[in-house]
Amino acid sequence: MNAPPGPLATRRLILASVALIGLGNLPFGSRPAHAANDKYPEDAFKQKSQADAIKSLYGRSAEPSDKIKLDAPEIAENGAVVPISVTTTLDKVTSISFLVAENPNALAASYRIPEGTIPTVANRLKMAKTTNVLVIVEADGKLFSATKEVKVTVGGCGG
Amino acid sequence: MASTIRVRATNNGDITEVQALIQHPMDSGFVKDAKGEIIPAHFIQELKFEYDGKAVFVADWGPAVSKDPYVKFSFKGAKKGDEIKISWVDNKGASDTTTAKIS
Repeated sequence: MNAPPGPLATRRLILASVALIGLGNLPFGSRPAHAANDKYPEDAFKQKSQADAIKSLYGRSAEPSDKIKLDAPEIAENGAVVPISVTTTLDKVTSISFLVAENPNALAASYRIPEGTIPTVANRLKMAKTTNVLVIVEADGKLFSATKEVKVTVGGCGG
Repeated sequence: MASTIRVRATNNGDITEVQALIQHPMDSGFVKDAKGEIIPAHFIQELKFEYDGKAVFVADWGPAVSKDPYVKFSFKGAKKGDEIKISWVDNKGASDTTTAKIS
């Protein structure tokens, strides 16, 4: 791992050490990689369930927060294109992730939010069927979540 | 070939709002074609926005992001006339890069 010098590097080293220690406890040999480095979190995207994806991405679980506003339609006629956005008043946000519970792989998108970037993201996701959309906000090293059910008329995973 | 990336970045003093639309099939790997054969997964994995040499927003995507993906975010520190750099790479190693002027 080629971390640049400075405080960030120290943080990365610490996180990397923590990740190594924690590795033995995790299934699938996954690591809580997201906060620790800038690599594409391939393992997290391969997990089927929400819980496993969150574990792989962050290495811990989130608590619900009313400081997250998740905007998604009540009913999505076309599951292939569901506009979903999130905004939060939480401080020190470093990442925002979107998960769709009943998709073949729960994790849909994960956004890294450097300092100076507003913790607001809008995107469009595919949804296989009516299910909950979960958003995870990583703020000040803690994980917070918000969820909303979206009714899908025509599923977006085809086949 | 024309760029696959279309970007609109607008500054209103403090905050720059960036909207990007990218042409990409974002095949999930779960859909079958007319012959009943699975269309292999083909999707953008990483989309990066850089300003002044630093990443201001990085998207890690799976195949559940819609075809021709759209994303919107905002950041501080830039001004009108500045440039941002946008680049993506997909799971087959293809990539594209463009720059956009903030208006």
